[in-house]
Amino acid sequence: MIRVILPQHLRTLAHVGGEVTVEVEEPVTQRSVLDALEARYPMLRGAIREHDTLQRRAFLRFFACEEDLSHQSPDAPLPEAVVSGKEPFIVIGAIAGG
Amino acid sequence: MSGVRVLVGTHKGAFVLNSDGKRKNWTVSGPFFAGWEIYHMKGSPVDPDRIYVSQTSGWFGQLIQRSDDGGKTWHQPGLPNEAIPAPGPPPALPNRFAYDSSPETGKPLTTHQWYDGTQHPWEFKRVWHIEPSLTEADTVYAGVEDAALFRSTDGGENWQELSGLRGHGTGPKWQPGAGGMGLHTIILDPTDPKRIYVAISAAGAFRTNDGGATWKPINRGLYSQYIPDPRAEIGHCVHHVAMNPSRPNVLFMQKHWDVMRSDDAGDNWKEISGNLPTDFGFVIDVHAHEPETIYVVPIKSDSEHFVPDGKLRVFRSRSGGNEWEALTKGLPQSNCYVNVLRDAMAVDALDKCGVYFGTSGGQVYASADAGDSWNPIVRDLPAVLSVEVQTL
Repeated sequence: MIRVILPQHLRTLAHVGGEVTVEVEEPVTQRSVLDALEARYPMLRGAIREHDTLQRRAFLRFFACEEDLSHQSPDAPLPEAVVSGKEPFIVIGAIAGG
Repeated sequence: MSGVRVLVGTHKGAFVLNSDGKRKNWTVSGPFFAGWEIYHMKGSPVDPDRIYVSQTSGWFGQLIQRSDDGGKTWHQPGLPNEAIPAPGPPPALPNRFAYDSSPETGKPLTTHQWYDGTQHPWEFKRVWHIEPSLTEADTVYAGVEDAALFRSTDGGENWQELSGLRGHGTGPKWQPGAGGMGLHTIILDPTDPKRIYVAISAAGAFRTNDGGATWKPINRGLYSQYIPDPRAEIGHCVHHVAMNPSRPNVLFMQKHWDVMRSDDAGDNWKEISGNLPTDFGFVIDVHAHEPETIYVVPIKSDSEHFVPDGKLRVFRSRSGGNEWEALTKGLPQSNCYVNVLRDAMAVDALDKCGVYFGTSGGQVYASADAGDSWNPIVRDLPAVLSVEVQTL
């Protein structure tokens, strides 16, 4: 079970509060986690990744285990702590303040 | 006629304002979609409880929302609101606006002119304007940035580009205005379902007579000093166009500078700025029952986007242009420096005609007497991007 933390606006869209969890078969990657997330919450399609290219939207970033994974390959394995459910996969707005 | 519903899109959410036919006492609902930019929301003339919304964000992209109960509840068309979908093919894609690149119709261009004159790829950014069909509640048009026209025939679940517009040979010469290259005006002819007018910043106005298959630029008579050939076929920064449904051949235009009029469905335009204090502005609208009565809100200039002299004045012409009177009763006449954006004025169909507009300062003003006097419905919303009115 993969834990995912979404920014507030996407939680509102998906009608969820706090963390969500998704079942993902191995290998667990950004792509497989986001595929599972969008399958369960189709209202998030296009809001995290572009509709057709499935590229990460420019103003979003992906964090896990205190690392910025935004520029890693979407098919790279996620850290073991994410796979085991110890740590969440975090989707976060790229601009934190201002 | 029992009342009016005013739909207000703002920089940080949507609001629905309701009143009875007297238009004195108002209830305010919202914010809906708090924190998101609501470029436009508009109700179906066929089913007033059906309201479409363009919800957009630089972070999360474009969403389409729909209400089927007059704005009480909302959902993304075709998607489950809370339940997890059944396994199988993906449901609707209400938020996907993909430019047509098919070989058959896909003359559609891949580039347009950038600010510096170079060519730039077409990139979808957001929906600026939503125009529900006059005859089918499930049919709705969307004008988008970068400029293109889309249509849905299933209530907003799926969208297809009417690519004949972008496929018009002038496409590589279209260029963005300061606010982007948006298709911001869509006017449906009530007497001819195949005739549609659109306007694009900064390409100009276009008309189709065949339901969107082919388009003709309709900019003859426009004069724009900021393009190399001021009388060019395209490249004009048309800010808004308005039509009274009883006279679909007569169009009124607020251009970047100049207020214009056409009496032949856009084939020819003449200037009607007359005695306006400035002919720069964004909004223009027509009285519901008097097709020669039009309204504009002059703005000081293209670099000073606020009303001149610190006075918020709507100007009304009862002669189809050229002779204008300032309407000031109830509007601030000192220290006011707001703007009124292109989609932020609307009229109701009551008698007397109601006129409504919203400002960059978050005020929504209403007049229940065709502009003679004004009252704020609300004073402190986020900056208003659009105002539409439903007469119920």
